[in-house]
Amino acid sequence: MHSSLWLTLLLVVPLAGAIGAALTRKVEGRAYVVAIGASAVELVLSLVVAFLYNDHVARAQTFDFATRHVLAAPFGVAYDVAIDGISLLMVVLTALTVLLALLGARDRRQEPAFVAWMLLLTCFTMGSFLSRDLLEFFIFFELTLIPCYFIISQWGAKERAKAALKFFIYTFTGSAFLLIGILYLAFAHQHQIPGSALTFSYSALSATAMSHGTAVWLFIAFAIAFAVKAPIWPFHTWSPITYAEAPTAGSIEMSALLAKLGTYGLLRFAVGLFPLALVSMRPVVLTLAVIGILYGSMLACTTPDLKRFVAYSSLAQMGFITLGVMSGSTIATVGAVLLMFNHGVITIGFFLIIGFIEKRRGSILIRDFKGLQGPAPIMAALFTVVMLASIGLPGLSGFVSEYLILIGTFATHSWWAVVATFGVVAAALYLLWAYQRVFHGRAEGANAEIADTTTHEQWVLVPVIVLIVALGVFPKPVLDRITPSVQQLIHHVAPNGVNK
Amino acid sequence: MKLVIPSIHYLAILPVLIFFGAALALVLASALARGKVPLVVATSTVIAAAAASIVVNYFQWRCVAKAGASVTIAHAIVLDDFSVVASGVIALSVIMTALVAHDWAIRERVSGVEFHILALASSSGALLMTQANDLIVIFLGLEILSIGLYVLVAFDRHRSKSSEAALKYFLLGGFASAIFIYGAALVYGATGSTNLSTISYFLGSNVLLHPGLLYAGGALLLVGFAFKIAAVPFHLWSPDVYEGAPTPVTGLMASIVKVGAFAALIRVLISALGTQLDTWRPILWILIVLTTLVGASLAVVQRNVKRMLAYSSINHAGFILLGVWAGTIRGTAATLFYVITYAPIVVATFAIVTLIGGVGDDQHSIERYQGLARRQPWLGAALAVLLLSQLGAPLTTGFYAKFAVLASVVDAGGGALALIALISAAIAAFFYLRWAMALYSDDGPEGTRVVVPRSTAVVIAFGVLVTLVFGIWPGPLVTLAQHATVLFTP
Repeated sequence: MHSSLWLTLLLVVPLAGAIGAALTRKVEGRAYVVAIGASAVELVLSLVVAFLYNDHVARAQTFDFATRHVLAAPFGVAYDVAIDGISLLMVVLTALTVLLALLGARDRRQEPAFVAWMLLLTCFTMGSFLSRDLLEFFIFFELTLIPCYFIISQWGAKERAKAALKFFIYTFTGSAFLLIGILYLAFAHQHQIPGSALTFSYSALSATAMSHGTAVWLFIAFAIAFAVKAPIWPFHTWSPITYAEAPTAGSIEMSALLAKLGTYGLLRFAVGLFPLALVSMRPVVLTLAVIGILYGSMLACTTPDLKRFVAYSSLAQMGFITLGVMSGSTIATVGAVLLMFNHGVITIGFFLIIGFIEKRRGSILIRDFKGLQGPAPIMAALFTVVMLASIGLPGLSGFVSEYLILIGTFATHSWWAVVATFGVVAAALYLLWAYQRVFHGRAEGANAEIADTTTHEQWVLVPVIVLIVALGVFPKPVLDRITPSVQQLIHHVAPNGVNK
Repeated sequence: MKLVIPSIHYLAILPVLIFFGAALALVLASALARGKVPLVVATSTVIAAAAASIVVNYFQWRCVAKAGASVTIAHAIVLDDFSVVASGVIALSVIMTALVAHDWAIRERVSGVEFHILALASSSGALLMTQANDLIVIFLGLEILSIGLYVLVAFDRHRSKSSEAALKYFLLGGFASAIFIYGAALVYGATGSTNLSTISYFLGSNVLLHPGLLYAGGALLLVGFAFKIAAVPFHLWSPDVYEGAPTPVTGLMASIVKVGAFAALIRVLISALGTQLDTWRPILWILIVLTTLVGASLAVVQRNVKRMLAYSSINHAGFILLGVWAGTIRGTAATLFYVITYAPIVVATFAIVTLIGGVGDDQHSIERYQGLARRQPWLGAALAVLLLSQLGAPLTTGFYAKFAVLASVVDAGGGALALIALISAAIAAFFYLRWAMALYSDDGPEGTRVVVPRSTAVVIAFGVLVTLVFGIWPGPLVTLAQHATVLFTP
């Protein structure tokens, strides 16, 4: 058991960075330096936590670094942080995303405010992943909306006002269901133990006895909020416009990171707290996931711009993650957790490169491009690696996770796995086709003039490529950290699925 | 026949006496003084009176802690922690409003002390309502509160909208008062008393074979209250009045009327008619659904921020009613917590609106706010925080206020009602955010910095501080609200 101080530091560093960036707004460019410093420290801290975690965690008790302080007893508000193998990867992803987004997609318009919002977003996202208390999770989950809203509405493209509002209202409505669900659960728990105080602690609430009907309703309430956030079909309609209108750094944060809040919440809270509901709800959510995979792939083929393209391909990928999360199989769930991380890294790569292209050409419409690999071969090569990882080429990270998901799901829910496999083929189709349209052919006009990636841009992409290759070849250290926690969770919710 | 003067516990009614006394003193001073009483004197008197009242509240609190809740003046006035906390909130709102009104009066060249006299008198009515233990006393408080406000709404003689609003408020308010007193009469007919404790005792120990009279009376009382708190469908006056009234008055109305009316409503519904919970709950259910949804939806289409805030306050009224609907101790505490946190926020918001309104107090279109945060980052950020708090964003008191009432409703078995209310909050988010977005937009009227006078700045800073500090650390306020209902006795 480690000191929870590490986790508190993970929350304090970005917060301090945000305040520091806001305070140094008078000096040109200093806020950026502060922000890069804070996010670098954050990344180092998260890596330290990741390595410490492995050495000491006992198989029986997989929450590490835990602490709990009640802040306002009548409301049951508490500061309760801990991590296990599932949140660990998300913590690292959070720190990695903000650093790469700031390095690769610098936005100089009102920079101090921009980086301050980015760091605040990091703090709140980190808080959501660290929370082991439902109310605390909800508060952080809601808080992420505010930085996102300001980032989209102030630094976004032309339709930014509409996109920001749509994003906010959708997610806010979704979390209304979550809050009512949480309250209902907490009071159900309180009424069961006479004289007990109101608590939102995860471990206490997971012991709540409930009927099948209650479990189903609560599962639905939780799942709606997370399905909007992820997004899972048919709750995705906010995401294409939001990803397209947000500034590149914002798109990275939202698709690589915040989307994972949805699937993480689905796994940790909706699945973890309501095992009774799974019997009847599993087929429903699995079906939605599969529809999302196919629908996302289809729309990715037809969409006119690159950012929407990534949005739809993400919809398909989130479908895979949901499939794994809901499968009830340990292997598939491990794969899903891994894919959350891998998809994050791959999406960072996609959006960074799209950002580079947008900076050079001022457009993200696919039809504006042709033959970019002539003038920009290195950019094309980098894009190829990211794309192949997304397709699921063996030896790259995407393959490992998708393979685990499909094989695990096949063991428990074979038909859904069979249909989902077509998604893998479709991914190859839409990705290669998009690559063809943008990079192949003869570059003319502005396309022939396009500059290749600079050294700085290449260095920013190095971690992405390294992670893609490393996790494709040697995922064992990561899988070792995820598996015990997932096993425990699956054992709790679906005893039959432990070995599958 | 000998007139028996009931015993009077002066500590209990001291806040009311202080407020009314200060008002009288100002009246006398303005009549006797040679020339005009300077504005500074009037403002300081109001602040001193309200501060004294808060000090008295502290001693009342200690008295209740030692001797328990008590009734005085023939059981018509009650002294308990609930009334103490509610009066404290009212006094605080009065101080904040006085500071804002001071700068407003200088800007608008309103000389004379009438504004402050009326504000004091009207607030004393609100104070009385928080302590009332008798339908007649509630009515008295309501009337004292309202009559002062009728005049205050009409205070801006140069704008026809102000007089129009006052007339509208006066006519409809008069109807509402009549309905209320008629309801009180019917309840008297059914139970034989207007005293809340007696009504409660009577209903608890008797079974009414023909409860029609009581139901009719209760319904009419509810209509009277619904009018005062602007619950849909009794809200029609509120947008016009909010828009027409001088902006500091709007802030005062939004705060003290809500505190006073909700305190009295809780006493009537929960203390007196608590046994009839199953009867009034469905009515309240419909009222809440209408109030939250209509308030939020109609706010979306407004371009005038004062009208927008009027509908927003209707939406808030719906939320506060949730705590009453719960009918539990938790619900009462939540209602109290909501009004404690709402009052400073709303007064501070209207303080900013007063500033932006400019000379003449008539520039309230949302376009005026374009780029405000670009020109004046601190003012813009303050307004953004206040709006986010009203929206119910975490880390502000607005979140915990909504959380408290929703928790009490879910606890009392109203999951669906809570969900509907929260969805209305999502609709409401639309216009709060549109306003916040305007603050940060690039294209604003250039070179139109508004001057922020010192005392208004204090009010705004106070509102923002309260919402942020207790939004991060709600512990003390929660405990206060809880404590104030644990001892709550009719």
